[in-house]
Amino acid sequence: MNINHHPDETTILSYAAGTLDEAFAVIISCHLQICSTCREAVKTAELIGGSHLEQSEEAPLSQGSFGRLLEKISVEPQAENTHAQSSASQSNETNQAALNPEWSELPLALQSYLTTNIDEIKWKRLAPGVSHHPIKLSENANSSLRLLRIAKGKQMPEHGHNGHELTLILQGAYKDKFGTFAKGDIADLDDDVEHQPKVISDEDCICLAATEAPTKFKSLLGRILQPIVGI
Amino acid sequence: MYVQYKSVPTRRVDVTKNETTDHHKLLELIALNRDKKAFEQLFIYFAPRVKAVLMKQSSDANTAEDLMQETMLTVWNKADKFSKYRGSVSAWIFTIARNKRIDGYRKQGTKHYLDIEDIELTDDAMGSEEILISNERDKMVTDISNTLPIEQKEIIEMSFVKELSQTEISKKLGIPLGTVKSRMRLAYEKIRKSVEEAL
Repeated sequence: MNINHHPDETTILSYAAGTLDEAFAVIISCHLQICSTCREAVKTAELIGGSHLEQSEEAPLSQGSFGRLLEKISVEPQAENTHAQSSASQSNETNQAALNPEWSELPLALQSYLTTNIDEIKWKRLAPGVSHHPIKLSENANSSLRLLRIAKGKQMPEHGHNGHELTLILQGAYKDKFGTFAKGDIADLDDDVEHQPKVISDEDCICLAATEAPTKFKSLLGRILQPIVGI
Repeated sequence: MYVQYKSVPTRRVDVTKNETTDHHKLLELIALNRDKKAFEQLFIYFAPRVKAVLMKQSSDANTAEDLMQETMLTVWNKADKFSKYRGSVSAWIFTIARNKRIDGYRKQGTKHYLDIEDIELTDDAMGSEEILISNERDKMVTDISNTLPIEQKEIIEMSFVKELSQTEISKKLGIPLGTVKSRMRLAYEKIRKSVEEAL
């Protein structure tokens, strides 16, 4: 997959720090599966986390802390004498499933959120040529995640964004003033950005879009456009 | 299909054996021999640090203790995986603790952080030279982080230690979100460049 658009460095850094809200973290995880450049960037950022851990002060542990951990280990099936072998074959299976730097049907990080393949999704129409499928996140999530489907040839109205928005292209392609965005590309947009994307692929364009919680939409224009453009 | 971790130069790095070299060795002993003594040594070093970091991120002492225990249990269970993954031990443990904290907060079965080492496993165990390079890189990140201008350092610490979002940092410091981002970008660029250029 030829990826031309990546998340902003500040998004990578926040992902590594663990401060991105759920919808945004899901999108970055999906992108990381297929983007070795960004995996490297995340790993560099995680070194900062490791460095802070090394330099951290030490908190007193509760009494018998290590003993309790040993008890947990001894009830784990992996702690058997045969561990080395059973663990090796077990982790091989896991790895075979995970070791797939291409998306098959769906990106790995999206699989636990969707029970169906993209072909079987029930789309909800928002406007002519635009439909969406909201994805349920955890109760504590402070962001929204949805699949957006925009018909081939469709030109979206020019719109801005109220807050941070991340869009990952899963199928098809669109073009706006920032370039052409195709499968695997990420559009990392701030609230000061306006654009007018047009679908240029022969098939519908399907994207995964993360936005800040709807309550954060401040402007009237944003609220009016929200149901039209689905963001 | 195996994806190789970014190849490292083969030149020899003259770093004397230090504490972090031992962390790689300890993990290897845990992976290969299920060595509980080695695990205890790793625990003694990391557990109090992991707990302290979790407590800074608004966990109370009991929650932090539980999350630390879960973190170290994962270290035990995944040690074999890590020994095939060429990376920094402290960064790896940091990511486990980070993910435990997030999972604990979400309290839901969905897993939205990708285990990069699942995708980037290699067949060979890490050679001693690569361990030295990895340790050198860890040290460099610490050195550069400590020499960042105070306003950049502050934001990196708020992100990684207090785990505040960009918006939260902007509110807390009373500065525009754009300023938070530009400081983050400058700090990250400096760290990334030094890691890339030096090795």
